[in-house]
Amino acid sequence: MKYHYEVSGDDFTRAGEASGAVKATLKRLGFPPEVIRRVAIAMYEGEINMVIHADGGDINVDVEPDLITMVLSDRGPGIPDIDKAMQEGFSTAPETVRNLGFGAGMGLPNIKKYTDSLDIATELGKGTTITMTVRVA
Amino acid sequence: MTIADVQKILKAEIVCGNNLDAEVHNACGSDMMSDVLAFVKDQSVLLSGLVNTQVVRTAEMMDMLCIVFVRGKEPTAEMIALAEEFGIVLMKTPLRMFTACGLLYQSGLTGGDKQ
Repeated sequence: MKYHYEVSGDDFTRAGEASGAVKATLKRLGFPPEVIRRVAIAMYEGEINMVIHADGGDINVDVEPDLITMVLSDRGPGIPDIDKAMQEGFSTAPETVRNLGFGAGMGLPNIKKYTDSLDIATELGKGTTITMTVRVA
Repeated sequence: MTIADVQKILKAEIVCGNNLDAEVHNACGSDMMSDVLAFVKDQSVLLSGLVNTQVVRTAEMMDMLCIVFVRGKEPTAEMIALAEEFGIVLMKTPLRMFTACGLLYQSGLTGGDKQ
């Protein structure tokens, strides 16, 4: 089953709606709680990133019985140094974002931690597409 | 302990939710939601001094049952509506973070990490 979500870039309070919707869907479909949590956290971190760094974007989720694939695409500034961005604690988020409780430099490391695969395609000035999967054990 | 016990220990005021008999064993205190998402596993109570909707969404993503706002912070109407939708109990205490965490720890709630 495929699901599509638009993520608005100018409304921080609504960030997480898409992840919440996917979480509810997986629950309804009867996926194991641990799988649901991993999908929800990884997608939520990605969704927050899209809002704070990239002015929103869109998310496509493909739900198969044995694999959940999430593709998050934005037309933001791109990631200049992916290795740095993957380091725990490294963040380019401004103070305003930290005051909102994010920007601790845990977003991408968290996504890596909770997913089975993570691929980041990024181009400066063009945008970033993150493809991640969670296997249903 | 139950969520009702948490309320009693922290002399907290319930803002919304009625799932007060639910059992809770672990808690997490943080104003950084990224850290909550990184380190929490099966903690059912979140203590925070941060006030925005993402605190409620973070708790929901982690399947938490209760959020305690410390330092007298007031959750907004939007946060209350979201918590009601998710079935999460919100309460507020005038206590500071350290004191609130300490009192709960002393009463048997743990952080869920290895010591």
